[in-house]
Amino acid sequence: MTAGGLLRVAWQSLVRNPFRSLLTILGIIIGVGAVITSMAIGAGAQAAVQAQLARLGSNLIVVVPGSIITGGVQLGSGARQSLKIADAQAIQQDVPDVAYVAPQSGTNAQAVAGGNNWATSITGTTPDWLQVESYTMASGRFITQADETSGAKTAVLGATVAQNLFPSSDPVGKTVIVKNVPFLIVGVLAAKGQSGFGRDQDDQIVVPLSAMQLRLNGQNWLGVILISADSPDAVDSVVSSTEALLRLRHGLTPRQPDDFSVRNIANVQQAASATSQVQSRLLAGIAAVSLVVGGIGIMNIMLVSVTERTREIGIRMAVGARERDILLQFLVEAVLLSCVGGAIGVAAGIGAAYATAQGAGWQVLIVPASVLLSFGFAAAVGIVFGFYPARRASQLNPIEALRHE
Amino acid sequence: MSAVIDTRKLRKVYRVGAEDVVALDGVSVRVRSGESVAVMGPSGSGKSTFMNLIGCLDQPTSGAYFLEGQDVSHLHGDKLAEVRSRKIGFVFQGFNLLSRSSAAENVELPLTYSGVPHEERRERAASALKAVGLGHRMNHLPSELSGGQQQRVAIARALVNDPAVILADEPTGNLDSHSSEEIMRLFLRLNDERGMTIVIVTHEHDIANWTARIVTFLDGHVVDDRPSAQVAAARGSA
Repeated sequence: MTAGGLLRVAWQSLVRNPFRSLLTILGIIIGVGAVITSMAIGAGAQAAVQAQLARLGSNLIVVVPGSIITGGVQLGSGARQSLKIADAQAIQQDVPDVAYVAPQSGTNAQAVAGGNNWATSITGTTPDWLQVESYTMASGRFITQADETSGAKTAVLGATVAQNLFPSSDPVGKTVIVKNVPFLIVGVLAAKGQSGFGRDQDDQIVVPLSAMQLRLNGQNWLGVILISADSPDAVDSVVSSTEALLRLRHGLTPRQPDDFSVRNIANVQQAASATSQVQSRLLAGIAAVSLVVGGIGIMNIMLVSVTERTREIGIRMAVGARERDILLQFLVEAVLLSCVGGAIGVAAGIGAAYATAQGAGWQVLIVPASVLLSFGFAAAVGIVFGFYPARRASQLNPIEALRHE
Repeated sequence: MSAVIDTRKLRKVYRVGAEDVVALDGVSVRVRSGESVAVMGPSGSGKSTFMNLIGCLDQPTSGAYFLEGQDVSHLHGDKLAEVRSRKIGFVFQGFNLLSRSSAAENVELPLTYSGVPHEERRERAASALKAVGLGHRMNHLPSELSGGQQQRVAIARALVNDPAVILADEPTGNLDSHSSEEIMRLFLRLNDERGMTIVIVTHEHDIANWTARIVTFLDGHVVDDRPSAQVAAARGSA
């Protein structure tokens, strides 16, 4: 029999009993739909986390001072005054594959400008900070090396600060007073939004590190050194070189622990993506189980169908159908069932994913591979679970089949 | 004339539980091309087993069977299916039509398994249905046809592959006497006009007497093989 003829006969026998066919493929529909929906939700969540982490900069390495123990009380990380500007300069000079280094020191203060004031955090840093933190300028310029060298009282406003201090005018060229020190506003940062951890990254004022240390907090140690590696691949080597360099500079013996801590955003990123991958694999695994259950449903109904149609099989054999013809007829029917189920499942899965996006407000991302994979798996389920009933049909004895009532 | 069916010491033993049941015990029958033969005998006489064997639905335990000179007694599975598809046309007591397929589709069925292209299938099915007088019922489902008409569709299906022999197993068993007569007339017409070889299993003498020759089975043996009363009468009157 031709392929077209086989398909036609198989289709006829499916539409002959539409309700039963639908029930038969329900398992496949749910399985395929679940794979696609769960992968879409998983991929959406992963994309959201990645996007947030990407805003931090994927090559970012953070060096913070270590903790100290006083009288048995261990203070938190960053309590030590172990990082100096010279450390940052040494990293810049001696560690290979470093693109930018931004030493940073901060304080909190009430900023006043005109008739407005706003409580915000003040960041003292060097020109590299703009690249390390991947900000862009909305207007004006960022602080320069000249500002840093001269300890100039220049300031760059974050978007939130600019909005609150200068609701209706351009802040560039105006003055902002922080801790009684007037700073000339030279630029405004473009808005970056919330960080992955919910902090408003636009609520800050950036000043030269020298100005910060001289005029605002009076400290000569750093809160943090931000390092940007040349490439994500170089991050690991930069981390280890930095650790070695700082241990050397701080004169630590091999038995002493680090008095600083080097953290790597890529690690956080990897952990986050590994978590969401595990989650979506788990979901896909559950969905695969339901596909297999769906396949058993198909096998069950195909066995019933073979029994019901024993006489038909006998007639076909009597008029010359070979074993292969009967085998193919029932196999095509099972595969058609599972493919129709797969197609409906794809539609249902995509629909459910978008419904979830609308209803729960989650980001979803249809993964094309999940559509192909689950549909292919459904078709394979049809072949695997259709084979036994089809083989049973093809092995019937024509005489007994004809006599079957 | 050459033999269409030639069985030599055909023997068939079934195993029922622990016992061997001899259904056929050394049956040698020759049917020449163009003959019409009735196979008679009580139930259990072996006539159904004989039909299954010459219809290539089953294999003999021993003995030989030549169909149009080809030894088919050792064939099995797909080879046997191929022989059925090319050389045998079956007509059954219960018609055995596919209930959801139209008359034309039922008649086309054997052709789909012998690889005949679509257009040719339709033409041949149409001409077979015309030959049995159902040219106007091609698209009817079996349930929309009378018993006699259904059996004529089955005969058209048996004819459509131009087989060497038509084997009919109690073809009038489910029909009233009027329809039975119609069906027998159709068989004889096909036998007369086309020289179609026909073997009919029946337990009714009236039906058997429509044919030219009656072979009687009992306990797995052929106990009688002679021209029918109709032929005898014709000879007597001649």
